[in-house]
Amino acid sequence: MAKLPERREENLGGYIVHGVPFPINTDEESLAFLKKMAPIQIEQPYQITYLHSYGQDSPWFAGLANKKLLASQDGGSGYTYANPRGHDMFSGQETNWIDITDRPAKVHAFTVCHFGSEEFLPDTPFVLALVEIEGVNTLMLTRLMGLDPLAATLDWIGMNVRPHFLRNSKFKPTDVYFSPSES
Amino acid sequence: MRPVYAISGGVSKFAKARPDKTFQAIVKEAYDYAIQDIGLDFPTFTRLVDGSVASYFSDHFTRQLMAGIMVQDYLGLCPKPSHRVEGGGATGGLCFQEAWKSVASGHMDICVAYGFETMSHVETWKGNEFIALASDISVDYPVGGFYSGYYAMMVTRHMKEFGTTVEQMAHVSVKNHLNAYHNPYAQKPNRYTIQDVRNAPMVAWPLTRLDICVMSDGAAASILVSEDGLRKLEASGAVIPRPLVRVTGIGCGTDAMRMADRPHFDYDYFMENYATTVEKNSDDTRTYYKELWEHGTRYPGVHSFRAGRAAGNMAYKHAGIQDPLEELDFIELHDAYTSSEIQTYEDMGLCRYGEGGEFAESGKAFMPGIDYGLKLKNQPTLPVNPSGGLIACGHPVGATGLMQAVFATWQLQNTIKKHFGDDTLQVKNAKRGAIHSHAGTGTYVSISVLEHEGQEK
Repeated sequence: MAKLPERREENLGGYIVHGVPFPINTDEESLAFLKKMAPIQIEQPYQITYLHSYGQDSPWFAGLANKKLLASQDGGSGYTYANPRGHDMFSGQETNWIDITDRPAKVHAFTVCHFGSEEFLPDTPFVLALVEIEGVNTLMLTRLMGLDPLAATLDWIGMNVRPHFLRNSKFKPTDVYFSPSES
Repeated sequence: MRPVYAISGGVSKFAKARPDKTFQAIVKEAYDYAIQDIGLDFPTFTRLVDGSVASYFSDHFTRQLMAGIMVQDYLGLCPKPSHRVEGGGATGGLCFQEAWKSVASGHMDICVAYGFETMSHVETWKGNEFIALASDISVDYPVGGFYSGYYAMMVTRHMKEFGTTVEQMAHVSVKNHLNAYHNPYAQKPNRYTIQDVRNAPMVAWPLTRLDICVMSDGAAASILVSEDGLRKLEASGAVIPRPLVRVTGIGCGTDAMRMADRPHFDYDYFMENYATTVEKNSDDTRTYYKELWEHGTRYPGVHSFRAGRAAGNMAYKHAGIQDPLEELDFIELHDAYTSSEIQTYEDMGLCRYGEGGEFAESGKAFMPGIDYGLKLKNQPTLPVNPSGGLIACGHPVGATGLMQAVFATWQLQNTIKKHFGDDTLQVKNAKRGAIHSHAGTGTYVSISVLEHEGQEK
């Protein structure tokens, strides 16, 4: 059996206290002593639901929901972005949507997150990767599946990968993810 | 533009948590120190100072909007002019440059730049989430928003492309943690070995906990003045050390928030638009880069921070620097990660792209006179992060860039012993230094050059 950790996990929460030590009399000496008082710390929960719009990028998410990976392309130069982008950074012109679902892809860079932001802690360890897609000028951030996170190696860079789509779309960029492929 | 001098500064003790004081009072610690260090009392300085610039990164950490005006009020600076600057991890460096602009433009004669962050108000993992909100919340954050993960991806590419090793990164950790041993303001000084760094818990492969800076509570303040401002202060009794420390160069660069969107330029475009003066003038370096590109390197991709290169080229041109390795005496740079210190060596032109790992282990960036327990090939040439940097000092985001400005001012005033109580970290005969502030994955980078007035290196 594995050894228990040296320290217990720290977290917020505790008893509700309806009083705090304070001098009975507010004479000069007592008031001066207050400067030696430890700080009072309270919890302030804060939660809000935003109505977030994907705006001009919405078709990209609609594509994922329909198992299509779209890219944004400048009509003049053909410069292509894997991410949704309404206007080209070089020409300033509005981009066009193209379908890159079936294009060959490979890993450009990656990491294995053993820790993470609070929202993603339940997912750890997970593999984050930037993938190159043939004929696309920029990269795409995604999750890589089908790999052993404890066996990370630089050899994963250059590995061929292919996209998969969630059957039940969440309208998030994680509706698509990649895994190793033969070619 | 008028000459601008950094005459004084103060730094609060950086700590994991400072529940003993509110953020306003923590800023006042640094502010009071800066005033007292030039021998003025609070009311006199308040009467003379023209205004301020406030620096803090995230409203989320304090759950308080307009925290800047609350500091302005607490410091007794109302109704003097002030505004907030925000640019992620580069907030402090940008604030310093805003204060410089206020003075250089003639808008103010005496301007104080103050900054803070109180990150302990939430637990570490929520703090990581707040920081990750500084990534595109439509397409990046939901994939697994975590800055350590982003930087880890960047360095795996650097490792693959250039052969950089985790041991080379660990050299940075050993150096900075041990430098901080002599800095009483530092949060996390320690003596580590390369093996300690590698054996620390893995956070985002290949970065371990000792490759990454910590979250902090802290504040810093820096006072910038014109020649008229200097005269006003001295006429009121201020004692300002000579030689004066002048800010001789500022530079700033930017890059796409979504690092996947960053371009991959060819050799000719890189050489024309991003190569340093030294690189452009060297046949050997042009050949070296040509070979890199023939093997597939493109610029900046995700292995390099072109914002840092742009900021450096701009600041060096402003300060008249041709070769930073030869013409700077120290650098305080934004080492949120050991990997980013290595990448920044390259961006700042201390070595060529692809040679940062070798530079890290060479010993050139170490402090002389300190036994790091490492076999280093070279003597120290240009100490980088003599203070211990973010990795060991801590990183209260809005304060960090200003902390660098204060430490740089003290280095150039030759007063490290006075402020640290120990002169181990005093760079001998320091005449010119640079400070470098960097926002998430290199979106904003600021570089400022400070030097003795009228002294050539």
